[in-house]
Amino acid sequence: MYQGIRISGFGGQGVISAGYLLAQAGMMEGREVSFFPAYGAEMRGGTANCSVVVASEEVTTPIVLQPDTVIVLNEPSLAKFEPMVKPGGLLIINTSLVNSKPTRTDIKILNVPCNEIASELGNAKVMNMVAMGAFAQATGAITIDGIAKALPKVYKKLKPEVIELNVKALKRGAEYKVN
Amino acid sequence: MQLLNKHPESLLDVKMHYCPGCGHGIIHRLVAEVMDELNIRTKTIGVAPVGCAVFADTYFNCDMIQGPHGRGPAEATGIKRAKPDSIVFSYQGDGDLASIGMAEIVHAAIRSENITVIFVNNAIYGMTGGQMAPTTLMGQKATTCVDGRTAKQAGYPIKMSEMLATVDGATYLERTTVHTAPGVLKTKSAIKKAFQNQIDCKGFSMVEILSMCPTNWGTRLDNPSEATKFVAEGMLPVFPLGVYKDLKRD
Amino acid sequence: MAEKKLMKGNEALSEGAIRAGCRFFAGYPITPQNEVPEYMSWRLPQVGGAFVQAESEVSAINMVYGAGATGVRCMTSSSSPGISLKQEGISYAAGADLPIFIGNIMRGGPGLGNIAGAQGDYWQATRGGGHGDYRCFVMAPNSVTELANFPHKCYEVSFKYRLPSMVLADGILGQMMEPVEFTTPEVDPKTLTEPAWALGINNGRAKRIVKSYDLKEGGVEIMVNERVQRYKAIEAAETMYEEKMLEDAEIAIVAYGISARVSVAAMKLARERGLKVGLFRPITLWPFPKARIVELSKRIKHFIAVEMSLGQMVEDVQLALNGRSEVHLYAKPGASVINAEDVCNVIEKIVKKGAKEYAAAK
Repeated sequence: MYQGIRISGFGGQGVISAGYLLAQAGMMEGREVSFFPAYGAEMRGGTANCSVVVASEEVTTPIVLQPDTVIVLNEPSLAKFEPMVKPGGLLIINTSLVNSKPTRTDIKILNVPCNEIASELGNAKVMNMVAMGAFAQATGAITIDGIAKALPKVYKKLKPEVIELNVKALKRGAEYKVN
Repeated sequence: MQLLNKHPESLLDVKMHYCPGCGHGIIHRLVAEVMDELNIRTKTIGVAPVGCAVFADTYFNCDMIQGPHGRGPAEATGIKRAKPDSIVFSYQGDGDLASIGMAEIVHAAIRSENITVIFVNNAIYGMTGGQMAPTTLMGQKATTCVDGRTAKQAGYPIKMSEMLATVDGATYLERTTVHTAPGVLKTKSAIKKAFQNQIDCKGFSMVEILSMCPTNWGTRLDNPSEATKFVAEGMLPVFPLGVYKDLKRD
Repeated sequence: MAEKKLMKGNEALSEGAIRAGCRFFAGYPITPQNEVPEYMSWRLPQVGGAFVQAESEVSAINMVYGAGATGVRCMTSSSSPGISLKQEGISYAAGADLPIFIGNIMRGGPGLGNIAGAQGDYWQATRGGGHGDYRCFVMAPNSVTELANFPHKCYEVSFKYRLPSMVLADGILGQMMEPVEFTTPEVDPKTLTEPAWALGINNGRAKRIVKSYDLKEGGVEIMVNERVQRYKAIEAAETMYEEKMLEDAEIAIVAYGISARVSVAAMKLARERGLKVGLFRPITLWPFPKARIVELSKRIKHFIAVEMSLGQMVEDVQLALNGRSEVHLYAKPGASVINAEDVCNVIEKIVKKGAKEYAAAK
């Protein structure tokens, strides 16, 4: 198993922390992992993206150029990252903020209204966890339980009730299936 | 017969390379006498510059380091932070301190680095053969301003003590001279205070010492009064003596 | 086995240096190595060490020159343009035989270039970079765990042979997070013997001088020749490399650092396509593992250097082989990421056509 992932969205959508979380969870589940945040001169309000690898073997490509999975959380990310997905790979789209439709027919598409679900849960910030839940369910690279266990390691200051809310968001995301 | 002044233990009894009439020898001796009197020789580390005083590392009888041109205050910072119990001084000329090493001296003062700086200002580059220094006087001839320094070509001489006095981190700044006997005595007490401040952890102290360079000023070697006259009439009006900063830090 | 911890490369390098006994750090902000001074600023005081944010790279290296002269294990770090500024100080440290340690998290150049990971400073690191005849011991980690553990080896070699050492990594390794395992023993500086040349409280011993000059005729020649003997000893005893699947290889990829990581992917891909490809990874860049490459050339007739530069390390491969085998190059300058499939395609062409040199894939 070698799962190369790209996550992309606005700065502030939790793109970087979600990537860190996946790597932490993967490591705790005994996988080989790497996490690489794209870093730029601009800091706030721009786009953010990161590479994550979760694998059963040595990580050789910490910057993922041909992702097995791409998770796009905002509109500009779709145009930029859809072409990168490996043929047969998976594209997870946050349909709450992405209006355009993907054009590729050689990949799997998983539509998840992340922001709507987060709002339903009462905290817009957990939208990234909805996407992570969908990813875990669709790829099996990592378990929902594994991500839940990693949460306190990554978000060290979160109160237990907020952690619980994040876990709920993960589970809601896992309800979505590839079309 | 009574011996009034013996050779300081902190200065090795070796032949120095300085030219006749040069002020470095006097200043070396004053620093050494202060090290003796404060009994700090065995825990002092001196930083020798690039310039005429490059060989100071072989003259002082304490641990010495010689490094890149102008970086003495940075080296002294590293030494002092790594070995806080040692006494660290940086010995620098005007090209070293006020030209290539301007950033290092200013920032050592900004950090109020607990070091002592001996700044020898003779308004010329000595070791390299008499080029214009940042402290060269207006109209003063040098090998890179053969008709004398002009404002249009090279601006104006830098007054380091005055400038550093504006830096909050500077604790003690005094300008003295060694072209007269009273000036030599006053220079010694200023050097002593600059070392005592370090012992008392008071932060950055610098003594700017006006000094003679007959060789590169072109004053007569067989008549030292020409050089002392240059200090008195040329340098003193531009670089007034005095205490520019003396903070009582706890 | 110690518990693994997810760490950023720059932080692992910093913690690794502290565990290896580093107690003085001076540095200046520059992307992509900023986490090093940031980490050192709060971590060093915890272990009784000192941190200074210097006003410039020039000042930082000279603070380290001063601290290093007292025998303390010290460090500065930077990224390419900043390392250029430090070269004067590195030359002086080499000339004064000071065991200082430098972290270089390379980015794209020349000039301001960009802030992404690159390997364009190989020549600068292995050829000296500053003025004069000297060497630095240079290690190239290819993982965050190696970033964490290489400072230990650097200090060991630096203090044993009295020369500056450098960890040469890049922005990818510096910024990425990976599980880290600290495998090298923790060094308590209090247990180290003070070197016989260290400046400090002298308690009546003879004075010591740290300097890089000797104006006597022939003086510097004697100094350099003495150093050459130490360089030879390092070449004989401290050269390090790693090999993967070279036993039956017909073509060997030669790559260091992050390029060696991607080269593993290229090698696996090539093997899937039935090509007998192996990997030779120099771990020390100086000394470069020349002797081993010569040995390998007895049965491997094609070597391909894969590097994120215009082709710098390839010259060391050529120097080592001296015509014994064919040397090819896959070069990717400008801090662009190497794609494993592109490398594999080039290898395939070499095997099929024996062509000599390929530019980066268009």
